[in-house]
Amino acid sequence: MNIWKRIFPTLLVIFTTLASINSNAQGVNNQTDIMRSNGKIYVVMAVVLIILFGLFAYLVSVDRKISKIEKEKE
Amino acid sequence: MLRAFWWKILAICLLTYTCTYGFLVKIPKLDDRLQESIRNFFFHVPMWFGMMILLLVSVIYSIKHLNNPTHKNDSYASSYAAMGTVFGSLGLITGALWANYQWGQPWSGDPKQNGAAIALLIYLAYFVLRGSMDDEEKRARIGAVYNIFAFFMLFPTLWILPRLTQSLHPGGQGSAGNPGINGKDLAPSMKLVFWPAVFGWTLLGVWITTLRIRVQLLNNKYV
Repeated sequence: MNIWKRIFPTLLVIFTTLASINSNAQGVNNQTDIMRSNGKIYVVMAVVLIILFGLFAYLVSVDRKISKIEKEKE
Repeated sequence: MLRAFWWKILAICLLTYTCTYGFLVKIPKLDDRLQESIRNFFFHVPMWFGMMILLLVSVIYSIKHLNNPTHKNDSYASSYAAMGTVFGSLGLITGALWANYQWGQPWSGDPKQNGAAIALLIYLAYFVLRGSMDDEEKRARIGAVYNIFAFFMLFPTLWILPRLTQSLHPGGQGSAGNPGINGKDLAPSMKLVFWPAVFGWTLLGVWITTLRIRVQLLNNKYV
């Protein structure tokens, strides 16, 4: 399960990079920024993704806890 | 399988794909009745596909349990049945929400809605039956027998009866082929999201199920 330790920082870097690109775009022009385009569908998408990744993070943490107990008992 | 992780990463990737491209993919513009709500096809319908797969795995382990009664087989059967029932309930709730805006009311007594409700009640009875017995061996054996009955009740309630009469769902009387799987029914662009969605949601269900199984196995071994 060490793989998660390696994946989480990578994901974090990707997210912060994307977020910084996005905030730069906002500074340039508020009206055509990506989150407000297409009927604000990207706002819905972001909400769904946050819920999804929140659930994934929780699942991974439960999974790791159970793995730890399994290892202890073996 | 229980502790492997590659398929969990696959589940995360497939669901991320579903929840991003599912909102962006071009959908056919028909007669303005469904509009964007057809995107529910990537979320509501995979619940039912996932439920069917999880319950199939459950009944396989019930049959295995009758051949070879072990605590492991019983844990698998009951955990998969539980997750299948959760998926079915989510399918029913999301269906009612969609129906409210599509058919005018959350519950219109559509044959498929009624059939799905009956099928789920039969599965809820499985858990009532299991909960009513303290003797573990007896609970596992009677549960396994009942689970086989419950699984085969899915066929008339979900697959056969709703298609013999007129239905608001696709695939009622008068329509040809199997809705969803029939090649002409689904736009090719939507198929690119739909099948990964089915696979991803099912894998998520399997993941949650394996967590429950692992806890049950731990409890059994070391109490």
